[in-house]
Amino acid sequence: MYRKLLLAMALTIGFAGLAVAQQVTIGLTMGTTGPGASLGINYKNAFQLMPKTIGGYPVKFIILEDKSDPTEAAQNARQLITEDKVDAFMGSVSVPSTTQLAQIANELKTPLIALSPVFLPPEKLEWTFVVPQPTALMMGAVVDHMNAKGVKTVGYIGFSDSWGDIVLKSLEQMAGPVGIKVISNERYARADTSVTGQVLKVMATEPDAVVVGGSGTGGALPQIGLVERGYKKQIYHNHGTVNREFIKVGGKAVEGAIAPTGPLIVAEDLPADNPVKQVALDFTTRYEKTFGPGTRNGFAGYSYDGFLLLDAAVPMAAKQAKPGTPEFRQALRDALENVKNVVGTHGVYNMTAKDHNGLDQRARVLVHVENGEWRLLK
Amino acid sequence: MNLAIALWLSQDAVTNGAIYALIALALVVVFTVTRVIFVPQGEFISYAALSLATLQAGKVPGTIYVLIGGGILVAALDGLAALRKKSLKFLPGSMLANIVLPLAVAAAAWWSASRPDDLLLQVVVTLAIVTPLGPMLYRLAFQPLANASVLVLLIIAVAVHYVLTGFGLAFFGGEGVRTHMFPDLQFRVGILDISGQSIGVIATSLTLIVLLALLFGRTTYGKALRATAINRVGARLVGISYEFSGRLSFALAALIGAVSGILVSPITTIYYDTGLMISLKGFIGAIIGGMTSYPLAAVGSLAVGFLESYSSFWASAFKESIVFGLIIPVLLWRSLTTHRVDEEDDS
Repeated sequence: MYRKLLLAMALTIGFAGLAVAQQVTIGLTMGTTGPGASLGINYKNAFQLMPKTIGGYPVKFIILEDKSDPTEAAQNARQLITEDKVDAFMGSVSVPSTTQLAQIANELKTPLIALSPVFLPPEKLEWTFVVPQPTALMMGAVVDHMNAKGVKTVGYIGFSDSWGDIVLKSLEQMAGPVGIKVISNERYARADTSVTGQVLKVMATEPDAVVVGGSGTGGALPQIGLVERGYKKQIYHNHGTVNREFIKVGGKAVEGAIAPTGPLIVAEDLPADNPVKQVALDFTTRYEKTFGPGTRNGFAGYSYDGFLLLDAAVPMAAKQAKPGTPEFRQALRDALENVKNVVGTHGVYNMTAKDHNGLDQRARVLVHVENGEWRLLK
Repeated sequence: MNLAIALWLSQDAVTNGAIYALIALALVVVFTVTRVIFVPQGEFISYAALSLATLQAGKVPGTIYVLIGGGILVAALDGLAALRKKSLKFLPGSMLANIVLPLAVAAAAWWSASRPDDLLLQVVVTLAIVTPLGPMLYRLAFQPLANASVLVLLIIAVAVHYVLTGFGLAFFGGEGVRTHMFPDLQFRVGILDISGQSIGVIATSLTLIVLLALLFGRTTYGKALRATAINRVGARLVGISYEFSGRLSFALAALIGAVSGILVSPITTIYYDTGLMISLKGFIGAIIGGMTSYPLAAVGSLAVGFLESYSSFWASAFKESIVFGLIIPVLLWRSLTTHRVDEEDDS
């Protein structure tokens, strides 16, 4: 009797040991409190929906909180790599935090799936793979639309922070070659109670269109100001603005606003031949089943796409080495650099040594506010 | 710039300046009576605006829990103090104000949430939620250290600000809200469209300023506050409790903050952390008034409104720098023209 029990126990422990040895460990550092909280919660929610296996191996997620603070994100990254021995890690909620992570990924030679944009030269991104669309790709869609509508001059009102700079830079980069001029550059802070001065200044230059470089509900204030002062031409936003709260705050004033976004926001409206449709629809359905109708958002999609990239790379890397070893991390990095046609919720990823994002025009759609909802602009 | 733009900017400046003036008045009331530079003043604005928006969305705002939780803490502290003094004289009053009242307000909020169209009820409930937070904050954070230096009190105020902002984020989330208030009234005066909201803001500010002047000039309570402001020890000698004055001044500050929040929420987007910016600008107005003079503080706040509005037109990227840069010449001018009174002399 005892012998049987001991044998069973030994077997169980043995199998458990085997499973642990073959398990892939993925770390995440995310800010679900602090200034990035409203985005961070969405990023983290997606991890409740992650599969139990990655590339055929059992997967263990270790999730740490960094309070949207770059210093804490960096500490978490070191802990994940040196103590928890993760095979790859993901994070975080803001550009500064993710920039820190990219540097640590290089230093400690562990692949990083960056969940927010990073603006670093390619040699510093050797171990980093960026999930979100580059801002220039997104603003390119806006510029294409302007070009088609014959817009020649654009006014700009953006946040007085790095986001306002990034949107403006991407806009100018894409608009210059097609002969569209950005003729004003006004700035405001998210917490400002009024943008009357900026709106008047922009309207005084009589632009053919206005681009707002805000995010979330922060994007509503300039549009409300412009509409109140009787601006009748098209107002464009960026992908940071596309959420339900923006429409709730803006009400009637934001009707007709155009913005670029990832395809998963309007998964239902996508044409049937769009390669992203099935993955995006499947994810948003599961997400809204868990978190409630209308809760879909691009950020959870980035987390999920990050998982899909690893999912595609792990089998390739596992041919070279065993999970949990430095050789596996090296192999995983090389595999990530070579993943092809990974269909995510935001687009189709084709990584190369030069392009650690790998998204193309399929990763963006234009949406507009129609009867109080974001709908695909057809 | 032409006349039309100048008029638009001025209208904007007066509307914002009126809000800053209200905040500046609250800061001056609190500072003169308790010597606290009340950084969390802005949180009352955010709390009021977000609570009102939540009620309008048909939900019970999370600020209710802050109110009930704060009330229980205050009642517990009062209970301990009563045990230590072996006197239960003040305990029933404290229980009534800190346990029964918050519960009654919570019930009212619950009722109001089921009536999303009753604007007046929502406003009253919002005021009833936010105003008692003032005296509770004083009892919990400042009264135990009422005789500490201005610097210590300032640091406590900053800590309280962070705690309240944290609650705000937890209860209301990171995105902003707008409330719908008066119907979309528009008056056309010459080339200006004047909105009903901005008239409401200015009228309410003026009314509150007059009411405050009456309170301080004509009533016993107001005179007690003034006495405490002028000389705390002297006030105690003639039987004015500084604890009572402190609580009264904080209640006033919270009420003014709540009114400001209700006033601005239809004309701008309010976030859980918007309050700090508004109260800092009110603070500059108050500094111009030397933190003691109500009329000068109001004038200073109006000046901040104008400076902000015109600099947002001329150099929007540097707007905050220009507004906050104003504090340096003002401080220079004040330190050169006024005699320094050592703050510890009268304590």
